[in-house]
Formats: sequence, structure tokens, C-alpha cells
Amino acid sequence: MVDIKNLFKTYNQKKVIDDVSLSIEKGTITSFIGPNGAGKSTLISMVSRLIAKDNGDITIDGQDIMKTKNNELAKKISILKQSNSINLKLSVRELVAFGRFPYSQGKLEKEDWVKVDEAIDYMELRDIQDKYLDELSGGQRQRAHIAMVLAQDTEYILLDEPLNNLDMRHSVQIMKTLRKLVDELGKTILIVIHDINFASCYSDQIVALKDGKIVKQGRTCDVIDQCVLKDIYDMDIEIQNIDNKRICVYF
Amino acid sequence: MDFKKKTIILAGISVLLAALYIFYDLRGNIGYILPRRAIKVLAIVMTGGAIAFSTTIFMTITNNRILTPSVLGLDSLYMLIQTVIIFIFGANSLVMMSSNLNYLVSISIMVLFSLVLYHFLFKGEKNNIYFLLLIGMILGTFFGSFTDFMQVLIDPNEFMVAQDRMFASINNVNTDLVYISLILIGACVIYFMRFYKYLDVMALGKDNAVNLGVPYDAIVKRLLVIVAILISVATALIGPITFLGLLVVNVAYEMMKTYRHLYIILGSVFISIIALLGGQFIVERLFAFETTISVIINFVGGVYFIYLLLKENKSW
Repeated sequence: MVDIKNLFKTYNQKKVIDDVSLSIEKGTITSFIGPNGAGKSTLISMVSRLIAKDNGDITIDGQDIMKTKNNELAKKISILKQSNSINLKLSVRELVAFGRFPYSQGKLEKEDWVKVDEAIDYMELRDIQDKYLDELSGGQRQRAHIAMVLAQDTEYILLDEPLNNLDMRHSVQIMKTLRKLVDELGKTILIVIHDINFASCYSDQIVALKDGKIVKQGRTCDVIDQCVLKDIYDMDIEIQNIDNKRICVYF
Repeated sequence: MDFKKKTIILAGISVLLAALYIFYDLRGNIGYILPRRAIKVLAIVMTGGAIAFSTTIFMTITNNRILTPSVLGLDSLYMLIQTVIIFIFGANSLVMMSSNLNYLVSISIMVLFSLVLYHFLFKGEKNNIYFLLLIGMILGTFFGSFTDFMQVLIDPNEFMVAQDRMFASINNVNTDLVYISLILIGACVIYFMRFYKYLDVMALGKDNAVNLGVPYDAIVKRLLVIVAILISVATALIGPITFLGLLVVNVAYEMMKTYRHLYIILGSVFISIIALLGGQFIVERLFAFETTISVIINFVGGVYFIYLLLKENKSW
């Protein structure tokens, strides 16, 4: 369980995260939605200790993240950020192998390679595993990075806009993969996502942020609601039920 | 050809050049010439190694292939120290004449300066590496201007001594210095071994490194201390020559085509040694000591730097 209590973060006197408290159950997908600059990325960056918090407590399974050893935490929680510009001569397979660093410290054993192979197959990267990153399309690179996180094999996975640069087929494929990870392997996934329809169709819980505060938090069906969405985005969004899925029409 | 073979070939060329340097045109009192040449080779190997090694680490920390540790301002500080000594004590003073004392004073001040700089910059939460570089650059320029100012004021004869220090030179390396340097560099390498495994991961950038469990900030601080010591040793030993680092590390990356730091470090160290030994050989045999090694390095390095800029420009 991820527990966030009274979290604050200020950049140059601007409150980016303002008294956020939240708890996330194990074995669920939680989507963070909200307009640009709402503090979604900052929030999950703090949970994964990429950014230091100003105030508040973050615990994962009862352990304070600031008091846990870096290496231990890296086996428990992983994060993938939006921008990934690596200018190294690195092949897909080598990148995915880096996901095993917390376990192997650079010296990969047989079981590490098994995990690497699994991750590569999960993301359908087998054909391009020996290509260099700078030869790939944006979508392929994104999938390679997600594969690295999968190879890290953590209980908690945090993804900051994982669908960036991806076409529909691969977006759906990734969301289905995430769903499978949760349903079959019991992982807990937190994602920042802009497409509310993806959030609506694949997540168990949605947290809506605006100006650093939580506007609404609850089960997907409670948040995907005309009134709530108007609160978050300041626009009228119609909601249609198609095949038991709530689809937002905002065009 | 893979990078392992290339590393071995580079090592081979280094050894050949060292042998050529030591045994070429060996006439006269061999018992006198041989040890002197061997010491020079040792000094060149250490300096080249230290510069290549520290520049590789520095480029990985900053995630930038055109930054060298010279932006930390250590070169300029070295010149300032030399000029201040001449300005206050004169060129004939003990501090200037005794290379041991001069060396120890210079290294202590340079390392101390780096530690103070790091301490203040990493104290708060804002441990931004680019802020550190900016401050280093500004201080470097300040030291440079101040050096110029003092050099204008001193006696022309004393200025000659100061000018002599401005260019790296292996022509008069003191034997004692080589041994102290060897100990310092050895200590740095041993200390570095603990962090070696993190280097490949750190090249992925800070976010990825933290995600993979690297205690990033702590390691960056320690690596920067290593860089400062290595650069100080190399500079005090033969003079300001950090430009060499830019050249050799980039050549190593181009040549090795791998991300593995073991091979990048080894490759750049050997290329650095080849460049310095070859350069020194040319200085001594071709130019008959009419120029210094840093002039040659700066010329070749400058040309390569422009090439890099043009190439990077194209790939945008």
C-alpha cells in the first residue's frame, strides 16, 4: 500500500502540491488525471523519490521512503519519466538489462537474463532487440523503456505519461499489458495519463488533481462523471456508455 | 573489430611509443639518460591517464560530451596561484624554485577550493550540477582576469617565469613529484573502484539512475572530489592541459562505440597516453624543443572541437 499524508511541495513560492493525502491499495491501477500543471508528475516523482518533498509523509508498505535504502527501494518501486533522452550507443536489449541493476549490480546472472527476455517478449521487442536506441521510432523507444521497468520487476510501477508518442495499437497494447500485470501478477500501478478514455477503460481508481490539490478521488465510475469532469477541466464533457465502458466525448 | 580488441591494440601502441621514446637515439651516458627518460614517460602516462580518466567521469556526471573539468576553473586557479606566488614572493623565492613545495601548495589550494565550492553548492537541496558548472566557469574567468592583471604589474623578467608555467611542459619534470603523484592517483583509482559499477547506470541520466537504486547525489559528490584531485595532480605536474581530455574521451567514444565505461576509460587513457607521448616525441625530435606539448594538443584539440560542433549541428 502506498500512503501519502499531508504532502507539500513549493517551487519559488508557488504551491505545486498542496496538502495531498492519499492511499492506494495493492493490486490496482490508479490513474492520475488533470490539466497541465496540476502537479501530477511532481506527485509521482515524489513517491518515487526523484524529487524531494517539502513536507509530509510517504510510506510504501509501511516503510518511509526517505528512510529506506536506495537499492532496496529500487526492488520495490520503479518509475518511468516522460522525457527520456539517452545519447548513448545502447541497444534495446542492453537498455532492458539495466533494469536488473538493483539485483545484479551490473553483473547479470542467468535468472536476470530470463527476466530480461520475459520483459522483451512482453513488449514485443524481440525483433528489434539488437537495434540501437537512436535507430528506433519514438514509440519503439518508449516500449523499450517500459520493458526496462518491467525487467526491474518491482511490486509498484509508476509511469509518467507512458502513452506519449504511441499510436493506438501500441497504446492499447501497453494498457492491456499493465492490466495483465495487475490482474495476473498482482502489481500495483500508478500512471499519469492525459487521455481520460484510457483512464476510464483501464483503471480501477482515478485521482483527479488541479492546482496541486485533489479535486476528486474514487472508483473510475465515480470520477468519470459530467459534473466532476467539468470541475477538473472547465469544459463540458459528455459521457456515453458503450459496451459498459464510460467514454467521454469532448471534441 | 570489437572494443576489447581495440583496447588491446591501443595498449600495444602505447607501449611501443613508450619504448620508442625511451630508446630512440640512445647515445652518451646511458646510465644518466635512461632513468631520466623513464621518469618522463611515467609522468606522461600518469598525466594522460589522470586527465582522460577524470574527463570520462566528468562527462558521465554532466551527461554532456563537450564539457571538460576545465569548466570547474581549476586550470585558471593554478595559473592564479603561480602568478600570486611570483607577485608576492618573486620568481627567485623558495616557493617558486622548489618544485616540491610549489607542487604541494598548488595541489592543496586547488583541492581545497573544489571542496569548498562543492560544499556550498551541495549544502542546500538545490544540488544542481549545472549551477556548479556555471559558478566554476565564472570563477575561472575571474581567476583568469585577475591573473592577467597581476601579470601586467610584475617585472617583465618575472613575467617570463609566469608565462613558462602557462603551458604544459614535460621537459623538466621533477622525479620527486612523480612519486607523490603516483601515490595520489593510485589512491583515487582505488577509491573510485567502489563507484565504478554505478557509472554505466549514471550515464542513463539522473532519473533512471535514481530509479535503479543509485544513491545519485552522494556518488556525484564523491566522484567530483576524485575529478578535482586528478585534475589538480595533472595540472601541477605538467601544467594546464585539460583540453586534452575533450579530445581523447570523444575519440574513445567514437572508436569504441560502446556505453561500457570500463572500455571507454581504458580507451581514453591509452589514446591520451599515445597523444602525449607522440606529441612529446614530436616536440623533442621535430621541433627540437622550440614549442611545448600544449601548443600541439590545443591545436589538434581545437580543430577536433570545431569538427564536433559541426557534426552535432548536423544531427539536429
